Amino acid sequence: MSIATEARRIPPLGGFSPRFYVLELRRMLRNKRSMIFTLVMPSAFFLLFGGDASYRTDRSGHGNVTAYIMVSMAVYGAMIATTAGGAMVANERALGWSRQLRLTPLKPVAYVAIKVLVAMTMGAVAIVAVFVVGNLRGADLPFGRLLACGLIGWGCTLVFAAFGLFMGYLLPSENVMQLLGPSLAILALAGGLFTPLDNFSHGFQEFAKFTPAYGVGILSRSPFGSDGNVGLAAVNIAVWTAIFVGGAAWRMSKDTQRV
Amino acid sequence: MNSSTPAISIDGVVKKFGDVTAVDRLSLDIQQGEVVAFLGPNGAGKTTTVDMILGLSNPTSGTVKVFGGDPRHAIALGRVAAVMQTGGLLKDFTVRETVELTGSLFRPSRPVDEVLDRAGILDIGDRLVGKASGGQQQRLRFALALLSDPDLLILDEPTTGMDVQGRRDFWDAIRSDAERGRTTVFATHYLEEADAYADRIVLVRRGKIVADGTAAEIKAMSAGRTVRATLEAVDTAALAKVDGVDSVDVRGDSVLIHGSDSDAIARYLLNHTGARDLEITSRNLEEAFVALTADDAKSPEGALA
Repeated sequence: MSIATEARRIPPLGGFSPRFYVLELRRMLRNKRSMIFTLVMPSAFFLLFGGDASYRTDRSGHGNVTAYIMVSMAVYGAMIATTAGGAMVANERALGWSRQLRLTPLKPVAYVAIKVLVAMTMGAVAIVAVFVVGNLRGADLPFGRLLACGLIGWGCTLVFAAFGLFMGYLLPSENVMQLLGPSLAILALAGGLFTPLDNFSHGFQEFAKFTPAYGVGILSRSPFGSDGNVGLAAVNIAVWTAIFVGGAAWRMSKDTQRV
Repeated sequence: MNSSTPAISIDGVVKKFGDVTAVDRLSLDIQQGEVVAFLGPNGAGKTTTVDMILGLSNPTSGTVKVFGGDPRHAIALGRVAAVMQTGGLLKDFTVRETVELTGSLFRPSRPVDEVLDRAGILDIGDRLVGKASGGQQQRLRFALALLSDPDLLILDEPTTGMDVQGRRDFWDAIRSDAERGRTTVFATHYLEEADAYADRIVLVRRGKIVADGTAAEIKAMSAGRTVRATLEAVDTAALAKVDGVDSVDVRGDSVLIHGSDSDAIARYLLNHTGARDLEITSRNLEEAFVALTADDAKSPEGALA
């Protein structure tokens, strides 16, 4: 054949490349459903929960209540976006695309890295979208703190990219988000993203501290000033990340095992 | 690595799924440059064997080597490519994006336009895969398999969903590459495709090879041939004693003699009887296939090779 055996190479980085990432991201941006869940829904929720005019004058630490709700909704949006990004593997497995990719040099780790990067990009898009709408609706927080909220919230939602991956490998379904969407809403509620946990019973508040969105909410709102136990929140995130990453790695190795 | 290394070397491979033995002590060497058809009824172990050649699964015992090494290594280098029935495509990529993405993984890789053109789908590059017909999607899988310019191409029911023209174009492309030295192995249920395009046919039944040879050899060994002649006053007992004859059937002035050695029958008829108007016919490949792979078929003792 025209390619000499000696000229053939195994691709660097297990097949990970900017080109691959750009093609995957472009596909994601074309998906109307994921764009509605990423761009429209979190902002709509923000307007629903945080649109009250009195919130602009009510203070919450270094910002107003509008900004506080804005950050919570941005985190919720990023949760959905990153989970959906990770859960794409379920769809791709169901369609047999993963099997098609196994006829190429692509390494499973490189594949997962691209999925996580795309998921995190979508998470960033969701946060920026809510922040833009929030600022138009009178959210008030010094820029440095706003930036800190966004970056912390974005970084923390890595735990949900891992959650999406885990579920994507666990549930062999084309429509895994129909199952995960409602679960995320419940997690967000328990994490205090929709309404302060003070509104719930003491028992529920204690239970909520152990749920995965709790740590993300506390940490990402920490630039507002004291609002819950930051150390506990960090432990919460670390533990859940370990659980989801471990679970995803376990399922992934099962999936790609040569049997 | 020289050209005498077999493209595929399967040695004593057994593959079990629980209590079910899908592949049973199968050994097979395929040399570089051969075009081999892999035929067998459903559940014969074809796809299981192909999976092991591609390193998608491991044998329970025995070894599978591709170009003398590990199948996964051959995949990583792009030396082996496959068009699989089970390989899915993403509906929300365009045809061109699918090729670009796959091409980004091979070093080196053929140009995107070239493989689209060779697969006959250059004109629909911007169409979403989900909007492409089944035949176009199959051509896309073929385009993906051409990206690494593989030395070995494996095709599992490659022309499923293609129309007649598409099928012809496809085989023309396969043939011209095979002539340049590409080893090609295909599983198909279109027996005429195996007959027309393969140098060699391997028939598999219940995880074992039941026949291995050229199309003509397989037709002959499954069925033998029938010699028909015009002959009065037939001595059926004498005819039945000719080497390899298994039946003699007299119909009026004609006699039909069926046996494994049609040359010996013809020679006997011409040398020792007044037979004339001889006709020698063999079963077609489809009849051979049915005869060799039927559940009550004889054990494969008589298999060639």
